[in-house]
Amino acid sequence: MTRRGELRCWALMLAGLLALMASGAAAQEGQRTFSSGYRFVEMSGEELYNNICRGCHMGDAKGSTGAGSYPSLAANPNLESTGYPITLVVHGRRAMPPFGGMMSDAQVAAVVNYLRTHFGNNYSDMVTAQDVSEARR
Amino acid sequence: MQEESLGVTRRDLLSLIGAMAGSAAMYHAMTSLGFAAESRYQGAVKLEGDPKGASVLILGAGLAGMTAALELRTAGYQVQVLEFNKRAGGRNWTIRGGDTYTELGGATQNCDFQPGLYLNPGPWRIPYHHRALLDYCRRLNVVLEPFVQLNHNAYLHSSRAFGGAPQRIRAVKADLQGHVSELLAKVAQQGKLDEALTREDQEILLQALRSWGALDGDYRYSASLFSSQFRGYATPPGGGLAAMPAPSEPVALSDILKSQLWRYLRNFSSYNFQSTMFQPVGGMDSIGKAFAREIGDIIRFNAKVTKIQQNDRGVTVSYVDTTTPSIQNSVTADWCVCTIPLSILSQIPLDVGPAMQAAVEAVPYAGSVKVGLQFKRRFWEEDDAIYGGISYTDLPIRQIAYPNTGYNHSGRGVLLGAYLFENPNAYEFTAMAPNERVARAVEFGAAIHPQYKSEFENGIAVAWHRVPFTLGCSGEWSEDARKQHYANLCQIDGRIVLAGEHASTLPAWQEGAILSALDAITRLHQRVVKI
Repeated sequence: MTRRGELRCWALMLAGLLALMASGAAAQEGQRTFSSGYRFVEMSGEELYNNICRGCHMGDAKGSTGAGSYPSLAANPNLESTGYPITLVVHGRRAMPPFGGMMSDAQVAAVVNYLRTHFGNNYSDMVTAQDVSEARR
Repeated sequence: MQEESLGVTRRDLLSLIGAMAGSAAMYHAMTSLGFAAESRYQGAVKLEGDPKGASVLILGAGLAGMTAALELRTAGYQVQVLEFNKRAGGRNWTIRGGDTYTELGGATQNCDFQPGLYLNPGPWRIPYHHRALLDYCRRLNVVLEPFVQLNHNAYLHSSRAFGGAPQRIRAVKADLQGHVSELLAKVAQQGKLDEALTREDQEILLQALRSWGALDGDYRYSASLFSSQFRGYATPPGGGLAAMPAPSEPVALSDILKSQLWRYLRNFSSYNFQSTMFQPVGGMDSIGKAFAREIGDIIRFNAKVTKIQQNDRGVTVSYVDTTTPSIQNSVTADWCVCTIPLSILSQIPLDVGPAMQAAVEAVPYAGSVKVGLQFKRRFWEEDDAIYGGISYTDLPIRQIAYPNTGYNHSGRGVLLGAYLFENPNAYEFTAMAPNERVARAVEFGAAIHPQYKSEFENGIAVAWHRVPFTLGCSGEWSEDARKQHYANLCQIDGRIVLAGEHASTLPAWQEGAILSALDAITRLHQRVVKI
């Protein structure tokens, strides 16, 4: 696996290809961003959540349950402290993969801020890239 | 391999052993000296000694759990298995037409593949050195066929090179080898290797470069019928009047280098992917079904484990039947072999010491996505002469893998239209609805095979973080976690021992699951017969 972190986005090419899609259902999410290297190219908190976190925590952030569970992030009091979500995104926890190597400090801050202000979470104190940088140590 | 500074070389020693003791002893000696060892598998496990009716509860009916069940029952144990799914096999799984699959989040897919066509959403290939798995296939009568990893006529594709036109693997490989050989031959002829090699060795090197790189009489890599034997012809040889072949023109070294296509060639040369590879005829789940034919009668399906307790007398496992989840059940046994993936086990109350508990919580689970696509015809064979194998691309689908069975028939076929493993695209595809994963795979794949647009019929997409029975593809051990926790994960804790691919150094491979189970039950058995 190369970790060269080349940043390139397929969005423009996709916009052209959307017209060719076999299934109209795919258009439901509108334009999508795809990463090409080992780092995510999504930058905004909303885009990072929708393209990454949603895979497990789902569109409503309520998680899901099979043989085990993905925890709900909706109205989640664990998000009150800024350090907890930053540490989880950067370092992972149990089966949750660490994303610190695939996201910049600014990206981690963006997605944490998005989570802490959406899905029934209303924490107004924003985290910064500096906070994330410190959590990496 | 470390060189040992013995007074006698290993070769001398081996000759001596061979002369004195015959070839079987020599083979054994070679194996213990580090040569000829293709596998850690020691042959069919022998659990000698009477377990005196001891009982073992096995959690999980994947390959690890069923290996343990089969061997422990044969050794005289009373064995029961609890399995979350309503089928045996776990990640050893095949999806066919008529199958329905509901992922976490509730999206349900109905597979519309034509009868006989399938997708292996999990493991799909077996290296020749996975001797334990191969031995179980032989013993359980699972019929194998070749899995084609390297097809010289499949494609390497970069959206940023050659105007986006896919290149034949054959040509990229020949051109890289040819140009590198020409360069090295030039350096040798300029006397620049005099310090590194004797004159005689340089002469042999030049011969080797000519042979390996398809160089001409002047040690140049040029358009010729000789180089075309490697990279392919502009006009191939034929019959009759106009039969003369015409050579093709090599691509310039700079273009090959800048294209980055060389980076895919390692997928054909690394140990895990060398020929011969195999797949079971009809789908990977033939293996799980074969195990289930042997021990299916002792598996309780739809059993979701909720608690694992032990004391000095035995193990008690609580579970609910997923069809009647309000009722708590429990089962007891003297011992427990737990193969539940750590993604799930780390959430279940578990009576083990802090070292094993920390190990259970130390392993994140990889993201991985596979998309199967059915097309009206096998255009990759009919139009592109690609029979099996894999094309690699820098597009987010990363791979297109062609079916290694049913060749050269008219009619429908199923491709693996995307295979993502632990990279950003795996997460991005997981976050999509299944129908969008399929649509994106079609859209990206059309850049390599334009026939996609008119020939696509239906597809199915499995994102492993959304799979209800694993919550991830496989244990993704970091080096640090391995050092700190791996031994603690594998130790017997009281009456509980863990097994599965996560308790092996072959992560995500079925061989790892089986070897870990064999190791776990061997140690467990030693403890039982000693008591």
